Amino acid sequence: MATVVLLTFTGLGLGALYFLIASGLSLIFGLMDVLNFAHGALLSVGAYGTWWAASGHLPGAGTEGAGFALAVVFGTAVGTIAAVLLEVAVIRPLYTRPREQILATVGVGLAVPALLSAIWGADARPFPGPKALSGTFALLGAEVPLNRPVLIGVALVVLAALKLFLGRTRHGLVVRAGVEDRAMVTALGIDVRRAFTLVFAIGGAAAALGGALGGLYFGSVDPGQGTSLLIFAFVVVVTGGMGSLTGAAVASVAVGLVQQFANYYTTAGLGDVAVVVLLAALLLVRPRGLTGRLA
Amino acid sequence: MSPAPAPLLTVRDLRVVIGGRHILHGVDLEVAASGTTALLGRNGAGKTTTVRGILGLVPRTGSVLLAGEETVRQTTHALVRRGIGYAPEDRGVFAALSVAENLRLAERPGAGEPAYDLVHELFPELRRRARQAAGTLSGGQQQMVAIARTLLNGNRLIIADEPTKGLAPKVVTEVAQALERAAEAVPVLLVEQNLAVVRRLARHCVVLADGRTAHQGPALDLLADAEAARRLLGVGSAGHGGPARTPAGPPARTAARPAARTTEADA
Amino acid sequence: MTTATQPRGRDRAADHPVAGRSERLRRATRWWPTLMLLVLFTLPYSALPLPGLLDGPIGSPGNLQLLALCLLFGGLATGYDLLLGRTGLLSFGHALYFAAGTYVTNTVMLEAGLPFAASALLGLLAGVVLSALLGAVSLRVSGIGFSMVTLAFAQAASILVQRDPGGVTGGEEGRAAPADRLPASLVGIEHTANLYWMALAYLVVALVVVQWAVRSPTGRVWEGIKENERRVEVLGLRPYGYKLVAFVLAGTLAALGGIVYLPLTGGATPQTTTSDFTLSLLVMVVLGGSGTRWGPMVGGILYTWADHRLGDLAGSGAVAGLPSVVRVPLSQPLFLLGALFVAVIYLLPGGVARLPARLRTARTARASRLAARREEAVPS
Repeated sequence: MATVVLLTFTGLGLGALYFLIASGLSLIFGLMDVLNFAHGALLSVGAYGTWWAASGHLPGAGTEGAGFALAVVFGTAVGTIAAVLLEVAVIRPLYTRPREQILATVGVGLAVPALLSAIWGADARPFPGPKALSGTFALLGAEVPLNRPVLIGVALVVLAALKLFLGRTRHGLVVRAGVEDRAMVTALGIDVRRAFTLVFAIGGAAAALGGALGGLYFGSVDPGQGTSLLIFAFVVVVTGGMGSLTGAAVASVAVGLVQQFANYYTTAGLGDVAVVVLLAALLLVRPRGLTGRLA
Repeated sequence: MSPAPAPLLTVRDLRVVIGGRHILHGVDLEVAASGTTALLGRNGAGKTTTVRGILGLVPRTGSVLLAGEETVRQTTHALVRRGIGYAPEDRGVFAALSVAENLRLAERPGAGEPAYDLVHELFPELRRRARQAAGTLSGGQQQMVAIARTLLNGNRLIIADEPTKGLAPKVVTEVAQALERAAEAVPVLLVEQNLAVVRRLARHCVVLADGRTAHQGPALDLLADAEAARRLLGVGSAGHGGPARTPAGPPARTAARPAARTTEADA
Repeated sequence: MTTATQPRGRDRAADHPVAGRSERLRRATRWWPTLMLLVLFTLPYSALPLPGLLDGPIGSPGNLQLLALCLLFGGLATGYDLLLGRTGLLSFGHALYFAAGTYVTNTVMLEAGLPFAASALLGLLAGVVLSALLGAVSLRVSGIGFSMVTLAFAQAASILVQRDPGGVTGGEEGRAAPADRLPASLVGIEHTANLYWMALAYLVVALVVVQWAVRSPTGRVWEGIKENERRVEVLGLRPYGYKLVAFVLAGTLAALGGIVYLPLTGGATPQTTTSDFTLSLLVMVVLGGSGTRWGPMVGGILYTWADHRLGDLAGSGAVAGLPSVVRVPLSQPLFLLGALFVAVIYLLPGGVARLPARLRTARTARASRLAARREEAVPS
């Protein structure tokens, strides 16, 4: 029982991390048809931003309490700015060349982690988290690390916030409409490109937040972290159906849990394999993913 | 009739090339400052591409003057904001959004109060179905949403691309009524295959053939001249120029349909 | 904006240049591939230095090794472009088939003790079977879904290799090739020239096979699929089978490359299984010019050379003296390559291969624009 509890929390925590990446990826792909290969880099930027701020470089930020919160805010802000820059400077000029947009994000996705390791080294750096979050709590005989429920809680808050944004605001309405038919949104007199920047900002913020919290989860940051998470986030996005937020949430949970349980009960690594094989199987049965959105 | 005032929209030498294929070879047309101007032509003549070209939805060259101002370098959304309502050929309804959300998207913040009264008066059904997902509406209801979106703002021009296509006769009448009502206040550019609708609504007409303007003039004159109508619109037997060329879009769509529909409408 | 549609037009214009002069030019250029091959063939005998490009004489073992890698990746990129540039399939799993060639060959030598030739044959077979099986599955979905499924399969394989099941793959360290199983002529620093010629032979095979395939009736269907898959369907052809042929052919070429890679680098490393490996192939193809005869090869050679030389540059004294803002990014070849890649996408659509044609048509375009202006002056 204790093992099941621990595995569930760990799987959900990992799923939360996937969701923070996949939500942005999914919105970006849904709206713009851009598969953002630089999204993992945005996560890394957020992680390093938080790490940099928390290790005493930013006045007021630190490893404890409000100081750590400030560090997370800083990391998220840096990731958001990076995402906006990416959209405005790299994606937008290639507006009429969709395949080149994807290729350009591939280039950025290679360059940014390389830049990070040029500045801070290729090795993992210990991530300074607050002591309050480094402990564990007992549940049904299991010692669950505290950062798991924190991750899950943050992901739920992000999901709720995104739902509210999409459902209740005009910008959200424009995004939902744009996912269906970009040209028609323009033909109604709406500058859909502003929505592009917006979803990049939102996606970047979520990914960067994921980076900050991923530091807690893994206990360290390294330049390649984002990229290795990105592949599973892709799996989540495709499984959930491109452009569907709810689909991404459900798929994140499924992928995280399958991975953890299979890794534990079979051989280590088989869970990761199981996830991708399941994706392949799903796509063959339902080429449009769980929610039936376009793939 | 009083001497015609300056046209609202003047298109000169509109050319469109898509994927290396020349679809429009230079379309000239004018939309009068009042009433409905019908854009006619056989399937594949380039009517939809002309409309999309005017709006900048496809890359185009030439000149598009809206009330005397050149708009060909403007982006679609900027041009539309200057007061154009557009109901596209496929209706362009957002299926996953509710009817109310579809209409709300057409609102232009800062451009006056949206005319929901008019919309609900013309299409009371849309009020009842406000919360329904637009994708679950019937074709006619979707067309109502599309037209309602053009009426919501104080537009200077309404462009409707085959609004009666594929609709039941009763709904055709309803849509035509709404357009007639709209045209009292705002000039309308109407792409239409149903000649009965054209006869009812259109004051002027422009006929395209093979991506060029083939004829411009009063609509009734053209419809009254059986020989000209046959030659330009292909009503009845195939006229000059052989089979119509197909622009973008799947080729299957152009087959067979027009002759049947136009003759039926003409009868 | 306009650059989006132009490359094709430019290319077409470049195919029919002004007659007379180009006829002579074409006759002269028809022989350059043969000439180039001869030059490449004799390189191991050359003691010429290429200052800046290479350290020391061309024929030195270190340089031959680098050149062999360049040629190998030139061939690999050419094979990959069979999917990307010829059929319009964006596969993110090409590393898998390359690694299959390397790993299966190596493992058979190590575990079953078979000689290199027999093992290589099995490695190639593994590439064929794997690409046929996984291609058959992946191609059931199209568009970005296809890319994702190929990525997923390759990722699964990569994870498996790195987990070292049963100690067969050697995990994260990989496994060195057994020197006693390899032919003596491929082992040892004094035999680098043989490895070089093997890589050259692979490049020639890749170029010839791709060129032959593209010109075959199947190749014309591929072109149709790339342009507009539905139109191919309308013609009554099933794109699936044609795409599968392209996939298997590209996978087989990749496996062959993997086999050549084994003696060249002396072992199998898990880096060749990662998605980064496939992405670097993508970069090579786009850098050189996707869908052209020589472009992917040029891209592969340039990328591999840059990747190695930029690493040397990063460690050199010239860079160490620079201020940190410049020095730090320069110390990472991958950063430079990523940035270079983005720059190529912007500034050089169509890649290096389109550069001469672009320059040429830029000139003729200017001339014809002048002519058009003169015509316009005449009232019609």
